[in-house]
Amino acid sequence: MKHWRLVSLISLIAVILSACGHANQSTLNPQGEVAKMQYDLMKLSTLIMVFVVAVVTVLFLYVIVKYRHRKGQENIIPKQVEGNHFLELLWTIIPVILLIILAVPTVSQTFKLSDEKQISKDEKKKDAIVINVNAHLFWWEFEYPKQKFITSQDMYIPVGKKVILNLKGQDIKHSFWVPSLAGKIDTNVEGENKMWLSADKVGTYNGFCAEFCGPSHSLMQFKVKVVSQADYDKWLADMKNQKGQAVTADAQEGEKIFKQSCIGCHAADANDTRPPAARLAPNLANFGDRDMVAGIAKNNEANIKKWLTNPEAMKPGNLMTGKYGDLSADQIDALTAYLTSLKIAK
Amino acid sequence: MSSVAKKKPLLWDYLTTVDHKKIAILYLIAGGFFFLVGGMEALFIRIQLIKPDNTFLVGDAYNQVLTMHGTTMIFLAAMPMIFAFFNAVVPLQIGARDVAFPFLNSLGFWLFFVGGVFLNLSWFLGGAPDAGWTSYATLALHSKSHGVDFYLLGLQISGIGTLAGGINFLATIINMRAPGLTYMRMPLFTWTVFVTSALILFAFPALTIGLALLMFDRLFGTAFFDASLGGNSMIFEHLFWIFGHPEVYILVLPAFGIFSDIIPAFSKKRLFGYSSMVFATVLIGFLGFMVWAHHMFTDGLGAVANAIFAVATMAIAVPTGVKIFNWLLTMWGGQIRFTTPMLWSVAFIPSFVLGGVTGIMNAAAPADYQFHDSYFVVAHFHYVIVGGVVFGLFAGAHYWWPKMFGKILNETLGKITFFLFFIGFHLTFFIQHFLGLMGMPRRYFTYLPGQGLDTGNMISSIGAMFMGLATIVMLINVVYTAIKGKKAAGDAWGVGRTLEWSIPSPAPEYNFAQIPYVRGLDALWVEKMEGDGKMTPAEPLGDIHMPNSSILPFVMSVGLFIAAFGAMYNDQLKNHTAVGVLILGLFITFGSMFLRSWIDDHGFHIHKEDIADEGVEA
Repeated sequence: MKHWRLVSLISLIAVILSACGHANQSTLNPQGEVAKMQYDLMKLSTLIMVFVVAVVTVLFLYVIVKYRHRKGQENIIPKQVEGNHFLELLWTIIPVILLIILAVPTVSQTFKLSDEKQISKDEKKKDAIVINVNAHLFWWEFEYPKQKFITSQDMYIPVGKKVILNLKGQDIKHSFWVPSLAGKIDTNVEGENKMWLSADKVGTYNGFCAEFCGPSHSLMQFKVKVVSQADYDKWLADMKNQKGQAVTADAQEGEKIFKQSCIGCHAADANDTRPPAARLAPNLANFGDRDMVAGIAKNNEANIKKWLTNPEAMKPGNLMTGKYGDLSADQIDALTAYLTSLKIAK
Repeated sequence: MSSVAKKKPLLWDYLTTVDHKKIAILYLIAGGFFFLVGGMEALFIRIQLIKPDNTFLVGDAYNQVLTMHGTTMIFLAAMPMIFAFFNAVVPLQIGARDVAFPFLNSLGFWLFFVGGVFLNLSWFLGGAPDAGWTSYATLALHSKSHGVDFYLLGLQISGIGTLAGGINFLATIINMRAPGLTYMRMPLFTWTVFVTSALILFAFPALTIGLALLMFDRLFGTAFFDASLGGNSMIFEHLFWIFGHPEVYILVLPAFGIFSDIIPAFSKKRLFGYSSMVFATVLIGFLGFMVWAHHMFTDGLGAVANAIFAVATMAIAVPTGVKIFNWLLTMWGGQIRFTTPMLWSVAFIPSFVLGGVTGIMNAAAPADYQFHDSYFVVAHFHYVIVGGVVFGLFAGAHYWWPKMFGKILNETLGKITFFLFFIGFHLTFFIQHFLGLMGMPRRYFTYLPGQGLDTGNMISSIGAMFMGLATIVMLINVVYTAIKGKKAAGDAWGVGRTLEWSIPSPAPEYNFAQIPYVRGLDALWVEKMEGDGKMTPAEPLGDIHMPNSSILPFVMSVGLFIAAFGAMYNDQLKNHTAVGVLILGLFITFGSMFLRSWIDDHGFHIHKEDIADEGVEA
């Protein structure tokens, strides 16, 4: 039968594809302990399932070829078999065994990854790295509770360390997913969820919102920046000093406009002490260091201007549109200069 | 001639009919229409995703199409089409003249239909629902347009219809089997309808409660699911999935039943392991209620809950595997004739196995933290619902078409449909497993270039076009057959094993001139092998009592349709016109119910001379 060749061809293409998942966003190319653990379980389950599919396929092909109706057999009546106890037992017991092989590591891993009591215990350790993740329509806030500062869109973590996350949805439900570092967990509005992750290599990893949350669900993306311990320590110290002060004349002009039009929702000071619910928009203290504008467009002047001119065109349904009045081209230029200047590495 | 029905104009006849065969046709037409609508929506989705950063359909517009695709396909296409086969086949398979409650049967259809129409009117009245077919509470409460209200009200109305249908078929199968047709002699399709009806009975109330509470939150100012006012949105997720998981089995068990009838027929062999098939069906139905929280693995329910639901989910693989091997062994040693219905049934086996095994992979909770809400899950459930349910519907449509319409669908066109669809299906969905694994979340209207997702999405979109083409060929086939097809015999395929093939195609109004006596499993086959190929009557020829047709079910449904508009625009009861409309609608519905109770309706008789006139050809 012709279509079988096609199916195998597609499978082949798929196998080739799977080898080239991007290291910064593929579950097939895990870069941290949690994702690796999950990848191992995925491999084990795939292996068992490929075995099952293979057995069924072989049997299936044999049956439909061997027992197809041939000319001249119109009057033959096949034997009407009722069943076979041995066979029926066999294909009950073998699947049970296969499932036990899969169930044991599943249960043990579930406890390793989702035991909130254990995570709470680890969180209380003195040197624990803790980050509060607050999900908003359609952006992410990262609060470093021990250092008492706030950033958004880019989450910095040190390489090789266990990082504990407390996650919460601040408006509606979202879900936090960094495929190459760890599977997802929802950010509920009712209370915090806890998870942990770690990264083996320095680099930037793509993060996504994985719970349907409205028009710009697809654009609610973020980055995890994994840096060396030394860089991380320096970054923590520097962030405390990010107070949103402009230096150049251009930027100072922009700061003025910021204080008139933007400050109602945004803060440019990393040491924002307002409660989470009052922080209505992303903290911009290190905006100049970020990879992306609004989480989705490359961070350059053109895109910043595009965003300031008409955010709706870039991110439908965002909560900034219409909140800050009309800005003239000059004002946008000044604001852009100011925002670009908000960076650590000066 | 059984005169009365024939003299009515066609439209009036169908508006008032209580005949299960005509109701089956209504379900098939309405479900088929919504299948086309949902299919168009699917094509729009795939056009948007054909390349990165596409702007064909973005933001809320995409979300509306996505929501309506899922909602339409599940509630307005798949459900009514399985009900079409419930109606067309079950009474015939059990040797009955109609269902237990013909009036309720008609009411069930019209409730479904007005609910579906109401839901789709949202397109023209301010925007369709945009919170996904799951309509999770925080997003649904946040959604500004009336779209979600259309979803909540429309599905509540059609849900009552479905529940009524489920109860009706439970009562029918328990009470109306022909003499000799014991439970363990019932055709497997009837068995699956029986178990499915029980699932409907227990699952749909959970959905109705969830929808009703959400409706109160949105329209009447309560806060069941609003966390800021002390509610809890997770409760909605539980209610939804306590319904939602059994719903998968509500759809797929009847498809299993269809295959379990077709595979033996075209293999010329009895179903292998009949009793284990029955047991597996019941067990799947039972376990289906024990696993809902696997849809919520990433909700943070904790390790204990996740572990329990993971293992419970894996357990379902065992009875499902039993079924797969039983089908294979049914064909083993048989003589397989690859007619169109058989092609669909045969192709179902490996397709569905792929959907089943990815289900087990999803059950491994920690791995599911990666799979969940990614395209891997999209691929998985399309393999189950298309590879299982839609293949089943196509198989059933081709198989029972002569029994419903008196003509066999053109086989050449049927096979073209099959091959186009089969290729398109695997092309569309196989690659999606890998898109998900490579980090493409579900329900995204776009992806950025350079994320490695371009080729896969392109292939997937091309596959969807094949399925669209296949559907067009199917429509051509329906028209072609209606014009050119030859009249089919009672035993249209010549291989019938069950009772529906012992009467003419299409079945006469009263189905069986004399109720048959059943001597074993595969009642007709038993007579073919051991008797003269004709059923032995269990009663003398006599007058047949028939129910009167009635317009009341339609009027009752329209009443609720009107009431739904009133409810939607009531604006916390401040809009008095809307409140008036709400009351008027409910008055129409309850008024018709009063009339139904008040007026005696004794039905009518078809006299035995008229039956003889028609000549029982079987």
